Amino acid sequence: MASMSKADIGRILARQGILIAFAVFIIGFTLVNERFLSPDNVMGVVRSSAILGVMALGVTFVVISGNLDLSVGSMMSFSTIVVLDLHDKIGPALAIPAMFAMTLCLGAFIGFLVGYLKLNSLIVTLGMLSAIHGLTLTYSGGQNMDIVDKEGTWFSVFGQGSALGIPVPILIFVALAALLGIILAKTPFGRKVYAVGGNGTAATFSGIKRGRIVFLCYVMSAFCVAVAGLIQASRSMGSQNTVGQGLELDVLAAVILGGASLLGGSGTIFKTVIGVLILGFIQNGLLLVGLQFYVQFVVTWVIIILAVWLDIAAKRGKLWSNIA
Amino acid sequence: MTEQRPALRLEGIVKTFPGVRALDDVSFAVMPGEVHALMGENGAGKSTLMKVLGGIHQPDEGRIIVEEVPTVMTSPLQAKSKGIVFIHQELSLAEELTVAENIYLGELPRRSFGRVDWATLYAQTDAILAKLKVSFNAKTIVGDLSIANQQMVEIARALTVDAKAVIFDEPTASLTDAEKVVLFDVISDLQSQGVGIIYISHRMEEIFKITDRISVLRDGSYRGTLVTCDTNEEEVTQLMIGRALDLSRNESHHALGDVALEVRGLSCGKLYKDVSFSVRRGEVLGFYGLVGAGRTEIVETLFGLRDPDAGAILLDGQEVRVSSPADAISKGISLVPEDRKGQGLVLGMNCRDNMTLPQIGDLSSGPFVSPNAETAIFDKYKEKLDIRTPGWKQTVGNLSGGNQQKIVIGKWLSMHPKVLIVDEPTRGIDVGSKSEIHNLIRELAAQGYAVIVVSSEMPEVLHVSDRIVAMFAGRVMRMFTSDEVTEESLIQAISGITSTDKVA
Repeated sequence: MASMSKADIGRILARQGILIAFAVFIIGFTLVNERFLSPDNVMGVVRSSAILGVMALGVTFVVISGNLDLSVGSMMSFSTIVVLDLHDKIGPALAIPAMFAMTLCLGAFIGFLVGYLKLNSLIVTLGMLSAIHGLTLTYSGGQNMDIVDKEGTWFSVFGQGSALGIPVPILIFVALAALLGIILAKTPFGRKVYAVGGNGTAATFSGIKRGRIVFLCYVMSAFCVAVAGLIQASRSMGSQNTVGQGLELDVLAAVILGGASLLGGSGTIFKTVIGVLILGFIQNGLLLVGLQFYVQFVVTWVIIILAVWLDIAAKRGKLWSNIA
Repeated sequence: MTEQRPALRLEGIVKTFPGVRALDDVSFAVMPGEVHALMGENGAGKSTLMKVLGGIHQPDEGRIIVEEVPTVMTSPLQAKSKGIVFIHQELSLAEELTVAENIYLGELPRRSFGRVDWATLYAQTDAILAKLKVSFNAKTIVGDLSIANQQMVEIARALTVDAKAVIFDEPTASLTDAEKVVLFDVISDLQSQGVGIIYISHRMEEIFKITDRISVLRDGSYRGTLVTCDTNEEEVTQLMIGRALDLSRNESHHALGDVALEVRGLSCGKLYKDVSFSVRRGEVLGFYGLVGAGRTEIVETLFGLRDPDAGAILLDGQEVRVSSPADAISKGISLVPEDRKGQGLVLGMNCRDNMTLPQIGDLSSGPFVSPNAETAIFDKYKEKLDIRTPGWKQTVGNLSGGNQQKIVIGKWLSMHPKVLIVDEPTRGIDVGSKSEIHNLIRELAAQGYAVIVVSSEMPEVLHVSDRIVAMFAGRVMRMFTSDEVTEESLIQAISGITSTDKVA
């Protein structure tokens, strides 16, 4: 330890950089505002991260398979608006499955384009971000949606209820994380996702149907978006049709912060949950130290860049290189 | 010629890589205006020698002398500035750009403020193209040209400098006969301008048509230079292969089983035509031919990666259609692919997961993968194939080439395929592991597997095969049994020479 070379420091920074940065943030925030680590605040952060977290779980599958999903934000707006609208028309018991079916169709469509037609996922999902936004506006006629009789429905349980003193959104997040974590780590499908993202050609040469795996990842992502939309709708019982706008970046930031490589083939559900919490705490900390809400947008972007840089740096074993 | 000074001379070049002496005291010289063939089998050291000449590798010993001036080469670009230019088999052109831009890429003539001087660029380019008597002009987009014309662009590039020696590496590999004639004209023009030409090729016919002298490399060492008009194909062939083979001929004869795979009249566009063969259980069928002979393409068809235009594939006597790799695997056809790292393995995954990947769906208990079943398979084939790794958790990318290849082989053996196809079994694998892989292939045949081995290394094909299919330009030229095959007849068959009586 006596003589740690510059290269060693670089390597450690590259590998553990995000955790080190996180620790510095936590210590800094706590010094400025001791409420930061209070149980109330911690619970608050986790609860407010649940929607983002649920979406990040699905995107983790997409990213590990070597693709991107930038459509989740506007897809979440869609789900929220649809379920709110249908709630008053056909009742919550039918509205929820109808909304899930419609959202899954969107995911299947993206999965078809990226998986089977092999179109670039960045282009497809960026386009879908805009297209689904248009779809939502068309559906709602540009109006915000509200549940008229907010007291006379059990619909609020998903966003506002609690069991054993734990808010339901957190329970849903934890349960879904456990389920998807097991699917990714323990099932043949999960293994194939890693293989397709790690080396799609070798996966094909091993008889894996690459298109189908990618397709299923997008369907999975859409399922998570539907769950997130349900929580969002249930929490607010009314919504603007831009409620999910910009969330795709936060979701991506959380997944990358967790350590999933944008090149595919690596990452875990557990790491994504860590990434979600890091992002949640940093954004909350910024508010607690008195910074404007808008600063979050800048900070999220800085975090994404930092995470991507460290990901690449960890691969080549140093922070800086002349050759790519 | 004796009074002239050589355009390019190599003196005692030695290059060793860990475990291999790739070049051992290689010397030869090219005179101005001479076409000098460089011949040798795959792996004889031609490519390494060219990389030394182009400054990609530095020689451990020896000198490169350009017109009597000892020169240190540091990069292909620097070699070009010294007048040594390479025309590669694989073209390296920017297809979206014009001919002129490609020829002067990186050294476009400039005007003030860094603007490109288009007028000068096109004028200079057209002057060079005029020398080559080509049908396109400076403003043609390279992507619109035929392969042969793209090669002309590469040659035009060579002419922008005062070239002293031009090296052609298998230039005719992708040319039609008519295009070859044009190429040979250009070479003879260069020759008359006093440029020294090094011509690397396997094709005897061409060598005897256009070269003045022939130098032969074998196992990394220089075996002599022959004057083309005083020698014949047989003498050259013997010089190329006449070593004491460290690999013996395959002489094991065990009982063969039924025909596992039969192919009848298979054709696929220009890639291969009317290919028929069969392989029995317990037999190793070797495929030998030059790059571009269609070997790999046939294998890809059998594995469901390419659709044939005509012909039939029969497994155990039943005609089958193979629509995808997944389909091939389910029917019992397995492929150890040519590109181990790109096609064979997920490098970031561990050894066990790579090995069990094709059958992961069948290794589950309930909805979950059974780690015990996986580890049992890995342990069995680690033992059986003697895979050296600290444990199954080791990332495959950290293993040596030989051990990586064994993982790929184990991947398929654990599924008990009907036919095991191995494309280039020992590419990029060190000498020691090579013979291990060869013995393994023989053993598999003895255990009753039907094995197809595709290789561009003759000793390998001779060593492992019971029968050998010799391919040339997409056609099966001849089928040899291991008893009747000779190195000479094999070389002739894959060079497109049909009759063995011609050489005597």
